Amino acid sequence: MNLKPILSIQDLSVTYPDNNGGLHALEKLSFEVHPREFVCFLGPSGSGKTTFLRVLAGILAPTSGSVSFTPHHKPRVGMVFQQANLMPWRTVMENIMLPLELNGQVDSKAQNKAQEMIHLVGLDGFEDSLPRDLSGGMAQRVAIARALIHDPDLLLLDEPFASLDALTRERMWTELSRIWQAKQKTVIMVTHSINESLFLADRVMVLTQRPGKIKMDVEVDLPRPRTDDMRYTSHFGKLAKKLRSAIE
Amino acid sequence: MKPKTLHTLSRWLGLFSMLLAIPLWTLIVHISGLPKFILPAPVDVWTRFLKAWVDGSLLYHTGVTLLEIVLGLFVGVSFATIAGYALAKSRTLESILSPYLVASQAIPVVAIAPLLVIWLGGGIASKVVICALIVFFPVLVNTIVGVRAVSASHYDLMNSLHATRWQIIWKLELPASLPVLLGGLRIGATLSVIGAIVGELVDAEQGLGFLLQLGDFQYDTSMVFVAVFMLVFLALGLYGVVTLLERRFLKWQQ
Repeated sequence: MNLKPILSIQDLSVTYPDNNGGLHALEKLSFEVHPREFVCFLGPSGSGKTTFLRVLAGILAPTSGSVSFTPHHKPRVGMVFQQANLMPWRTVMENIMLPLELNGQVDSKAQNKAQEMIHLVGLDGFEDSLPRDLSGGMAQRVAIARALIHDPDLLLLDEPFASLDALTRERMWTELSRIWQAKQKTVIMVTHSINESLFLADRVMVLTQRPGKIKMDVEVDLPRPRTDDMRYTSHFGKLAKKLRSAIE
Repeated sequence: MKPKTLHTLSRWLGLFSMLLAIPLWTLIVHISGLPKFILPAPVDVWTRFLKAWVDGSLLYHTGVTLLEIVLGLFVGVSFATIAGYALAKSRTLESILSPYLVASQAIPVVAIAPLLVIWLGGGIASKVVICALIVFFPVLVNTIVGVRAVSASHYDLMNSLHATRWQIIWKLELPASLPVLLGGLRIGATLSVIGAIVGELVDAEQGLGFLLQLGDFQYDTSMVFVAVFMLVFLALGLYGVVTLLERRFLKWQQ
């Protein structure tokens, strides 16, 4: 990929104040992400993965270092959380429209866009359902649609499938892969699943235990579209082994 | 039996038990032979009710009390939600104000009602303030609890979408805490009836509390009963309004 990077991170550190000199969550992270790249951060729990996404989303200010985006300073982000994080008082349609609504777009164009997103994630017919009536997988699809509707510069995924059962999770990988190819977004995802990262990403970076540092940066040269069978090839196995050895 | 039929059945049972109270009451009056100014029969109360209804006095006094209650609720709930929101957001403010709030709850409103009447006069204003005071605390506490319970990840979502302060209030904090807020309003609505009556009993020229006292002074016990029943209807009506609000706004919870 010889495009200019969309995102560059320089010496990013985050320290949470505590009683003994601060808790170092992230230490001197530096890397670049290219447009339309799917980057996965792989790390054990407590490697500051979520902290890192919160910085990228602009929810948390870094203690030191810089985060710069190329097109404009404050990027539009779409975020998918560990739990679907839907608003229980809103219907599927209303949940998906939230980002547009916050931008003041509530016209029929916004409605059409939401309908389009519902179709993209395969939830036709569930427009007026409430979150309590959805399965975990369906709720997470709504969350993905909500994260994409405002055409974000950056899609941030925080272990989005961690709360799903194994079968649903694998189905969602295929779904996400398809959506990503349709939407051509730059994606940054954090996970602790090696399989998940290899199935989805172009590039996997392994983070160390706290304070999180980049330990390994691996190009995933598996062809796309990726299939379930690919997970049983020797090349996939080799990459998985390499990543596994890097994780403490 | 289907749950729906069971539900209607239990409703009829409730109505039936209420209707049963009337012959039972009549029976007690007859057996005991108590004079009318001590225990009037349902028929006497009904006649008194019709008389007061026809001459317009009942409607007038009920209207006055209702006005006091509604204004008191409005003032009390407004102040309590604003203060509750501020307290929920600032631990410092909570530390500063909570001793006063707790102390204020140790004083029964009945005890300060005469003071308020001295300061604000025997008109509507003193009753509105008493109502507002009695409503304030439960609504305040529920606002604090409701706003504090808004999930951190919902805040993260709103912040990641660059939501403004107002958008966070209207689109997240208000709907998320509405179940608890309406719970506070439910308690407040019932308490506000007590507030208005306490105020009117201290000193008033109008309202159901005044009617109650007038009936008492004139040994017009039937009138006292009429006033009490009107109060019950007012309280039930307010409770019903809150229940309607819950049905309308909390559909997603049922």
